Amino acid sequence: MAGNSNAVKLILAWTFVGIPLVWGVVQTLINAIKAFH
Amino acid sequence: MPATSFLARERTIAAPGYSRWLIPPAALCIHLCIGQAYAFSVFNLPLSKLIGISQSAPDDWKLTDLGWIFSIGIFFLGASAALLGRWVEEGGPRRAMFTAALCWSGGFLVSAVGVYIHTLWLIYLGYGVLGGFGLGIGYISPVSTLIKWFPDRPGMATGMAIMGFGGGAFIASPLSVWLMAQFSTATHVGVAEAWICMGLIYFCFMMVGAAIVRVPPDGWVPEGYVAPAQSSRLVTRENVYVYEALKTPQFWLIWWILCLNVTAGIGVLGQASAMSQEMFKGQVTAVAASGFVGLFSLFNMGGRFIWSSTSDYIGRKNTYFCFFGLGTVLYALVPYTGSIGSVGLFVACYAVIFSMYGGGFATVPAYLRDMFGTRYVGAIHGLLLTAWSMAGIFGPVLVNYIRQYNVDHGVPAAQAYNTTMYIMAGLLVVGFICNACVRAVNERHYMKDEPAGQTAAAMGGE
Repeated sequence: MAGNSNAVKLILAWTFVGIPLVWGVVQTLINAIKAFH
Repeated sequence: MPATSFLARERTIAAPGYSRWLIPPAALCIHLCIGQAYAFSVFNLPLSKLIGISQSAPDDWKLTDLGWIFSIGIFFLGASAALLGRWVEEGGPRRAMFTAALCWSGGFLVSAVGVYIHTLWLIYLGYGVLGGFGLGIGYISPVSTLIKWFPDRPGMATGMAIMGFGGGAFIASPLSVWLMAQFSTATHVGVAEAWICMGLIYFCFMMVGAAIVRVPPDGWVPEGYVAPAQSSRLVTRENVYVYEALKTPQFWLIWWILCLNVTAGIGVLGQASAMSQEMFKGQVTAVAASGFVGLFSLFNMGGRFIWSSTSDYIGRKNTYFCFFGLGTVLYALVPYTGSIGSVGLFVACYAVIFSMYGGGFATVPAYLRDMFGTRYVGAIHGLLLTAWSMAGIFGPVLVNYIRQYNVDHGVPAAQAYNTTMYIMAGLLVVGFICNACVRAVNERHYMKDEPAGQTAAAMGGE
């Protein structure tokens, strides 16, 4: 039970920071690719 | 129950079963927010057109005056990290993160008032001073906590957090542009409103980090980890008091190591776009150069995690030998790429250079932990960040003035950076020598007023 609760917390925490970070990196990559073209 | 007790260190001691993998996201909540500082320049042009809107009016602020906002912020980052490191260390990570959130978001709100009433000194005070304190406290707040939770992989742990500082700019830059677009009209530039939104968003985000952060209970070790019984040649089991560290040659050697690595990197960081266009005239356009800069920023961020994680396996000293050895070769190679007109080789050299620039920041907390122990590593790291402040002045000044000197003396623009790159390579040779001089801290500097068990606990030992 505690293991499941920990897993949920981990998924939530990493998603919380992961989504904006990945969004920012993707935006930068898109801009970089546009610039190269 | 007083509200302050929520912030007390005792309230942050982890319950049994708490996963240490919750600490990196807590640290990232802070670093992703304060990393906005690297993207502050997106506001410079809009701030210079608050009255004229489409172009600067005579009463609008000048770009040279606006440049001081970032400089003041970075100065107070170094100053607050150095002054408040011990306070951060002893009060625990939650109190520090909460304070950082207040200062950082408060800086945005005060600055928004400054924009609204068109008073520049209020922005210096808000973003520069208050925000700078948020930067300094926030930057060092999760460092020692991460090291205590990950005694087996301290480089990787701190690398993840410090990677967030690099990544923060990637989020802030498009977010700032989008927010300004939402609030801008034909007669109004939406900087103040964007800053109010950003202040509130950052406060909430940082508070999530403060809420989930925990410190390990005394004597906790990761499952299966056995702390070394004795100090090894370059990794101590002992602790050095924060101000005692200042009396050791190791602190000052690492101070110069960081300063020289950052001076070389930061010097060319701001010039990467102009340098690529001038060295490859006709081959690299302004748009392509901005694409290079975005790519280099990704290497800067990725290098923070990859190099610091690698340092857990090859050792901190060897990692810095890579930075300085390989860096010297690459800096010296850049003028050659220009002479043979190889844009691909130029980009490859710069990508590795920027990965090592970021790696230098991310690996240094673990280097300090190896030298001075875990007890005051956050505070010692705070003192070391003064090297960053110094490098922030040295680097750009060296590049700009040497380039200008060359141009004034008839050197073609395409070759105006050659001398600079050779000087930077020379600085890295000095860094290599400093790194070679690092030895274990003399035993007389170790803390003696605590029982061995407590020291082991502080180490995350058995």
